[in-house]
Amino acid sequence: MSDSGKTRKPALSTRRKASSRREFIRSAMLATGVVTLSLAGLLPVMAGTVNRLRPPGALKNLKNEQKFLAACIKCGQCVQVCPVNAIKLADLDEGVGLGVPYIDAREQACDFSCDGLQCVLACPTGALTHDLDYPADARMGFARLARPESCLAVQGKGFKGVARGKDFKGVLRYDEIDRWNPIPVAEHPYDLELCDLCVRQCPIEIRITQCVEKEKQRDAARKAGTLARVAEEFGNECPPRHAIELRPVSSEDSEGNSVVRMLPTVLDGCVGCGVCEMICPVDGEAAIVVDDDKQTNWG
Amino acid sequence: MNYIKESLSQVFGNKPTRPDKSKQPEALKEIYASKRGKLTKAALEAVELEHHGTFFRKWQRRRWITLILVNVLFLVSYKFDVQLLEGAMTASRFIGFHFADLNSALQVMLAYKHVVLNLVIGTTTVFVMWLLLGGRTFCSWVCPYHLLSEWAEYLHLWLVKKKIVKNHTFHRKTRSVFYVIFALLALLSGYTVFETISPTGIVSRAIIYGPGLALIWVGALLLFEVFYSRRAWCRYVCPIGITYAVVGTMSPVRVSYNAEACHHEGDCRKVCLVPHVLDLTIRGMAHDVNQDVGSDCTRCGMCVDVCPTDSLNYKIKGLDKFL
Repeated sequence: MSDSGKTRKPALSTRRKASSRREFIRSAMLATGVVTLSLAGLLPVMAGTVNRLRPPGALKNLKNEQKFLAACIKCGQCVQVCPVNAIKLADLDEGVGLGVPYIDAREQACDFSCDGLQCVLACPTGALTHDLDYPADARMGFARLARPESCLAVQGKGFKGVARGKDFKGVLRYDEIDRWNPIPVAEHPYDLELCDLCVRQCPIEIRITQCVEKEKQRDAARKAGTLARVAEEFGNECPPRHAIELRPVSSEDSEGNSVVRMLPTVLDGCVGCGVCEMICPVDGEAAIVVDDDKQTNWG
Repeated sequence: MNYIKESLSQVFGNKPTRPDKSKQPEALKEIYASKRGKLTKAALEAVELEHHGTFFRKWQRRRWITLILVNVLFLVSYKFDVQLLEGAMTASRFIGFHFADLNSALQVMLAYKHVVLNLVIGTTTVFVMWLLLGGRTFCSWVCPYHLLSEWAEYLHLWLVKKKIVKNHTFHRKTRSVFYVIFALLALLSGYTVFETISPTGIVSRAIIYGPGLALIWVGALLLFEVFYSRRAWCRYVCPIGITYAVVGTMSPVRVSYNAEACHHEGDCRKVCLVPHVLDLTIRGMAHDVNQDVGSDCTRCGMCVDVCPTDSLNYKIKGLDKFL
């Protein structure tokens, strides 16, 4: 009794041998199948079709998001903290990009109305780099006037009404209306002699204007001998460079007369947030779009 | 030490070690001998019938409620902005504290080859939490795919009973092979390859952020489990299970077996997700009168619920010394 099963290996019957062989083959097939399927997730990445506008601070450079896709733990905490719900998570068609955050600027751009880059702060893995302190340091992409022929400013046209129609779901923060809560673009009609929405709503340009105002207040406070707050004193949230402006360009109309047109011109302070692409009131695709960035180098 | 070694051996796919009969304690041998010829079918049925009426499925009920509550808390935290549990199963913040799923964190570390402090904090917190709570407790008490798979399992068992489908088993070492492959793939490719097909992450995100195409993959897995192989993903593939089973080797929360009243009829093994851990309930297979179930056990409590003689119970190792 005591030595049974200890010294001799029990001989397997032919039937059990065959069944264990079948199990081995099944297991090998399962392993091959599942690994092949998981590797299929690399295809969209290798084909380069998954590069998209990512939240600020994403570890990426032009056409290489490898670090970002690897560092992201796919939890969506960035999605949850965004006050304008600009961030979405990618689906299975993006392979290993599944669950990784992206921004569809035409639908809802990042307007930095959180002020503090909440998504960067929320990121548990540093896939959105913590080296980023201020919106002006971000480089999500770079705006480009892709369809100048449809641009209202180029045509010398004004704009009256709501920018994207009354059914548009996107929101923006309008400081003059509510400093803390973004409101639907559809509830904010414009009446402009010359359309300058891309410049008017650019968060960088808005901030620069505010900074100029603050500087005036600071100087007045200094003159009056009252102590200004540290942030007012140093203005370290002030974007150092302009992002976009309307530049006059001379051209000829169909009758050969010289006319001056206003051309939205993207400057090197552009952070690629996509607000210009969202707000652009032309039908269909925007006249100005944000390209996958050429100058990011967080990676 | 023996518990850890034996547990790990089972986790990585080996059969439980047969006890050396010469080393089995006399008390256990007497218990086995005393049952000879006494365990009649009628007696067994009587005990089972009595058991049904008492607290059948108590732990399953508690577990399902916990699992649903945790996943609903994720959803509610986001939808109503209550900020209790933000994020998803892969990484989250519970009242501000970082939590990171150990396996997802491991994939990220291997692929990205760089670890930020937040991730270290999140991983440590979760490690300590599951160390205290039992390791694979994650699987049965929290993982949303586990519940879907459990429902699919009922369908599968019904179809098997009707002789419409047959269960196909795989070798349990396949899961260890997957573990190594997925770790290597993350390390070599630089992408978190496993996360793409992990139903845990997919289902968790679908609950919180809304459904997507990825649920098709989860559906396919469930169909595979219903029509081909019982609980195939959890049993033979998922590396998350291995990660937490390793943590569980050092956990005080275990299911404990007492051989005294056991009928060895095997009801516990029939309901178990990982029946190899319950091989010790087979007559002659226990090493001692009281023995803890290996750490591959998900602490789901199905065996505790189903055991007609109360021979399987939860225990917290070391707690009896304090009480």
